[in-house]
Amino acid sequence: MYDIIVVGAGPAGMTAAIYARRAARSVLVLEAVNYGGQILNTLDIENYPVEAHISGFDFSTKVYEQAKGLGAEFVFEKAVEIRSEDAAKTVVTTKNTYTARAVILATGSENRKLGLEDEDKLVGRGVSYCATCDGNFYRNKIVAVVGGGNTALEDALYLSDLAKQVYLIHRRDSFRGEETGAARLKEKDNVEIIYNANVTKLISEKRLKAIEVTDKLNGNVRTIELNGLFIAVGRIPENQNFADLIKLDDAGYVIAGEDCHTNIDGVFVAGDNRTKMLRQLVTATGDGAVAATEAVKYINSLKAV
Amino acid sequence: MAIIEVNKDNFEDEVLKSNVPVLADFNAEWCGPCRAMKPMLEEIAKSDPGYKIVSIDIDDQDELAEDYEVSSIPCLVVFRDGEEVNRSVGLISRDAIAELMEG
Repeated sequence: MYDIIVVGAGPAGMTAAIYARRAARSVLVLEAVNYGGQILNTLDIENYPVEAHISGFDFSTKVYEQAKGLGAEFVFEKAVEIRSEDAAKTVVTTKNTYTARAVILATGSENRKLGLEDEDKLVGRGVSYCATCDGNFYRNKIVAVVGGGNTALEDALYLSDLAKQVYLIHRRDSFRGEETGAARLKEKDNVEIIYNANVTKLISEKRLKAIEVTDKLNGNVRTIELNGLFIAVGRIPENQNFADLIKLDDAGYVIAGEDCHTNIDGVFVAGDNRTKMLRQLVTATGDGAVAATEAVKYINSLKAV
Repeated sequence: MAIIEVNKDNFEDEVLKSNVPVLADFNAEWCGPCRAMKPMLEEIAKSDPGYKIVSIDIDDQDELAEDYEVSSIPCLVVFRDGEEVNRSVGLISRDAIAELMEG
């Protein structure tokens, strides 16, 4: 039995592992894919204290090596269920079953899809969820970004330096993202912002050829021929597998305050999958520290009984 | 066996005419998920898996990327007897890479 199982090896989970090891607790980190998480897609992190510029990959590799160096174990298996039996928690993966005194859920989130027909089939064939990963394929081509948050604004800005023409399709009449992003975008000659509109159809042969955009106010449908569509309509927390045990809000986030406590004693939550104001690298690592410290306190309280 | 760097000049010999199956990793230096996948691929290559792993830098080899309609990376393409038989887009686990080769 481990002291603490951390589910998810993104910045929140790996920071939790570091804090738990620093408290001399045994730690298993379970991760479905590979360490790093969403931050891997960030080319250049510019807002994390200490380094003015670092890539998401370099950042995660440093944190991973730090956690490993302190003795955290990493196993790459997807956690599919958590059970709580008083002082013992069981985490079931696709391959094995592990037990611990406390569990920290740091599962993060995945890309939200538009939910259009053929969307899955066209990933890698004109549909992308990562402009910084795939933008280079669209040099001097025509692309659209759908979304209205910071990611959509950053994606459109990034693509405007590569592509011939960028359409930004936003379902509202203004942006909720950082103002600097929207202002920089409006100065670009090759960017057209389409407000109050939804992408309602993907038109493809072997790959994406065009999209249909429907104006929400007057219902007019416009067909835009393009080479690539970048979908940046937010993220979905990856908590569905634990919904039987852990209380989630309507959007699927684990309900927890700044102390990272869930409704179950001994199960904590850290990072983007928690209800919170600001989902950033620095708040994710902050959560990791808090959740691990609370988990250690919880384990100590078990021993005192 | 190490991962072999492939370009348009040796693609035919190393991939299409290979007598063992080939796992082609389309990647780029600046792509975080690609860099995250690399150590897993290196480990698999070292374990002598019975197939060849090749790496294709899409920035240098844009013609190959275009020929194989790669427009998202990381992109893993499995070739058997010169034909594409399987493909996966995005960062996947080591187990998923193994499944891709079997499928």
